[in-house]
Amino acid sequence: MKILVAVKRVVDYNVQVRVKPDGTGVETENVKMSMNPPDENAVEEALRIKESGKATEIIAVSIGESKCQETIRTALAMGADRGLHIEVEGIIEPLAVAKILKKIVEKENPGLVLLGKQAIDDDCNQTGQMLSAMLAWSQGAFVSKIEFSGENIQVTREVDEGLEILDLKLPSIVTCDLRLNEPRYASLPNIMKAKKKPLDSLSLKDLNVDITPRIQQIKVEEPPKRQKGIMVSSVEELLQKLKNEAKVI
Amino acid sequence: MQTYKAPLNDMKFILRDFINSESNSLLKNSDIDLSDLEMILEEASKLCEEKLLPLNQSGDEEGCKYENGNVNTPKGFKEIYREFVDNGWQGLTVNKKYGGQELPYFMNMFLDEMISSSNMSFGLYPGLTSNAIDAIEKSASDEIKDLYLPKLASGEWSGTMNLTEPHCGTDLGLTKTIANPQNDGSYKLSGTKIFITCGEHDMSKNIIHLVLAKTPNCPKGIKGISLFVVPKIIPKKDGSLGERNNLECGSIEKKMGINASPTCVMHYNEATGWLVGDLHKGMKAMFIMMNGARLMVGVQGLGIAEIAYQSALNYAKERLQGRSLKGSKNLDKDADPILVHPEIRKSLLKIKTLTEGLRGLMLWTGLQVDIAKKEKDKFKKQNADDWVSLMTPILKSFATDVGCEASNLAVQIYGGHGYIKDHGIEQLVRDSRITPIYEGTNGIQALDLVGRKMPLHTGRLLKAFFHLVKEYIEKNSFNYNLKDFMPSLTKSFNRLQQVTAYIASTGLKDPDEASGPASDYLKMFALVATAYVWTRYAEIAFNKLNNDPNGFYLAKINSGKYFMTKILPETGSIMSSILSGAKTYNDFEDSHFDSAFKL
Ligand SMILES: Cc1cc2nc3c(=O)[nH]c(=O)nc-3n(C[C@H](O)[C@H](O)[C@H](O)COP(=O)(O)OP(=O)(O)OC[C@H]3O[C@@H](n4cnc5c(N)ncnc54)[C@H](O)[C@@H]3O)c2cc1C
Repeated sequence: MKILVAVKRVVDYNVQVRVKPDGTGVETENVKMSMNPPDENAVEEALRIKESGKATEIIAVSIGESKCQETIRTALAMGADRGLHIEVEGIIEPLAVAKILKKIVEKENPGLVLLGKQAIDDDCNQTGQMLSAMLAWSQGAFVSKIEFSGENIQVTREVDEGLEILDLKLPSIVTCDLRLNEPRYASLPNIMKAKKKPLDSLSLKDLNVDITPRIQQIKVEEPPKRQKGIMVSSVEELLQKLKNEAKVI
Repeated sequence: MQTYKAPLNDMKFILRDFINSESNSLLKNSDIDLSDLEMILEEASKLCEEKLLPLNQSGDEEGCKYENGNVNTPKGFKEIYREFVDNGWQGLTVNKKYGGQELPYFMNMFLDEMISSSNMSFGLYPGLTSNAIDAIEKSASDEIKDLYLPKLASGEWSGTMNLTEPHCGTDLGLTKTIANPQNDGSYKLSGTKIFITCGEHDMSKNIIHLVLAKTPNCPKGIKGISLFVVPKIIPKKDGSLGERNNLECGSIEKKMGINASPTCVMHYNEATGWLVGDLHKGMKAMFIMMNGARLMVGVQGLGIAEIAYQSALNYAKERLQGRSLKGSKNLDKDADPILVHPEIRKSLLKIKTLTEGLRGLMLWTGLQVDIAKKEKDKFKKQNADDWVSLMTPILKSFATDVGCEASNLAVQIYGGHGYIKDHGIEQLVRDSRITPIYEGTNGIQALDLVGRKMPLHTGRLLKAFFHLVKEYIEKNSFNYNLKDFMPSLTKSFNRLQQVTAYIASTGLKDPDEASGPASDYLKMFALVATAYVWTRYAEIAFNKLNNDPNGFYLAKINSGKYFMTKILPETGSIMSSILSGAKTYNDFEDSHFDSAFKL
């Protein structure tokens, strides 16, 4: 079985994100970029599945500008077998990503597609679900545990009521939660091997998908600064302020 | 709080802009490129920041525990050691033949700096193994290499260096440990070694001791010393573990710092060992290894200075005390961050500029190690080798002094909160304090510079440095960009030349006149070399200012200006001290030392 893992290049989680002065988006030039954290969990899980003998090949795919190849290389250094880069400029909406992934799935025929549950840049949390719908495959989202049983996998997912366990028929789409595992560090020998592993690049033309945006982004701005707090001297004063000044009760 | 993020911007600057042309030609025919090197730094930094740093304070607090000849390392150390070696870091520079990655030596400096910043005690375990690998690789027989190196490179076994004995530290000629030759070509070693870093612990399956000892009837003093490999468990021919050797750890020292690394008393009681290198050439074998080890101790100083800086900077931004004299900067709070106070700014800039300058000098020297190894051209090879020999005592000594000074300044910036244990800042003072002592005290480094390196080949080593800087000055003295740099570089360089000539000539008449100011001279040399690095940084940075979105290059230039105007002038006072001669201390009456309290 092949596993396809989708990895996204995002602003590193340690970076304090700045809005561009012209309000068209956030600053990504000269900012540290990394693999989207839950995607690391997806890569890690794929590696563990392969190490347990249940998968034969791991393909890391990333969609975006040419620098995404660095993110793919990180996945290869962690242990993925080969990379696929689909070169696209600008913002790509989850629907477009799902469409592109669908084409890749049709080409590669994986038995399992692993994605992060969401990307920390836009927090959309849509791609995996859309992909599953388009392929008419089973899906498990926000998964914190995967177990194989015969032709199926059992996944544990977090829902409002607690934990839900689903039995999914393969092939399946699983989006990974940070609790799923602890991603490994790339080992030195694997870093050195990474660039010798195949990394193919495809253009949108090769795939023939329509990625026209469905959403128009009007403006990006910083959330309003938090106002300085005030100390109240009694519960009465607090109540009075909540009622008359904040008008929340 | 101990705060540390690997200074990747600065490290990448050194890779991309500072050593690039030479390192590119070094890597030209290999399958390694800049992007590999950067990825290695990134991955190493994660391990250091996320795994080693969190164990730094707990490891210090808990320390190592001795029990019946065994040493237990602090909680978490075994696991992180496993992860470290499983990820192949021990083999970074080791020959591929033995399972390493054969990356350039200078990469080890980056890695070791990060490790030393985040957990210097931990770094000693793989560090000593690297020393052992180095000694074996450079001097031992193929049989010994094939048996030991793969296991050491993978970290399955670890290594130690056994020089010191109770009555013999600096003066190794006094070594008493005896090695009796056996019929099968092996030796039986007996004696006691002290202060052996990582002599016993629970992290690796076997510990390989490299031991200095004397054979019966050998030449007297240092000329009689030989080097032996003495495994804790004697390996069979196929590398599997055999019998336990006759050696044991008698106790571990209670000490000031690096508490998570055991400092062991080792008893050898007819322990089986094998000769490394030629008989009675132990010091030669040791010195081949020691040069690298000394540079790496310098790197420890650099690493401590970096974490001291980051921790202090973080605190200086958060701690609110007093107001800026120029008017408040923080009106909605009751006080300004202490970063507004000039004294704090000066302390921070002192650490920052010394650390960044030294990092360049260190990496440049690391690159010369690689060039000396790989270069085909005889002249270039020799020049690189000369640079390394000259700079080794300077870097070992100065960088460790800077590490100590930086950690002290960090405590000062923290005030009382640095002196108490909670924030982990006093630990940096305690940990760094060993670095000017071991691997040849800094005093001995200074003597090495003045007594050995300076006169060697009638001053040829000095030329590696003096010619380079002289040419640079000639080429750049009218570079308008460098108008704030060239005059002070030139002035301090002239001072250094003048003092060098003075020491060389007076030393000929009276050796005490040369050895007396050795450490002052070393410091002066280090400051001028660092000034040369800062001037080159500035030259590079000026050409990058048009594309400097994060202000990195502008910060480089302005840091450089601080160094040139506030740190470098010390060369003036050192010069006048040296030129006033050594008589005031050399001729001081011994009996006058206790004049203040003698009854
Ligand atoms: C924590 C720790 C770890 C260590 N790890 C190891 C290890 O792994 N392996 C190992 O073999 N050793 C190790 N050592 C020993 C260390 O290398 C020695 O302590 C060091 O070489 C100095 O020797 P000494 O302590 O006997 O001092 P001494 O040699 O007695 O020196 C005392 C002072 O006199 C000065 N001095 C001595 N001789 C001269 C001279 N000829 N000219 C001018 N000044 C001189 C020295 O600079 C020093 O300031 C370790 C020590 C410590 C504390």
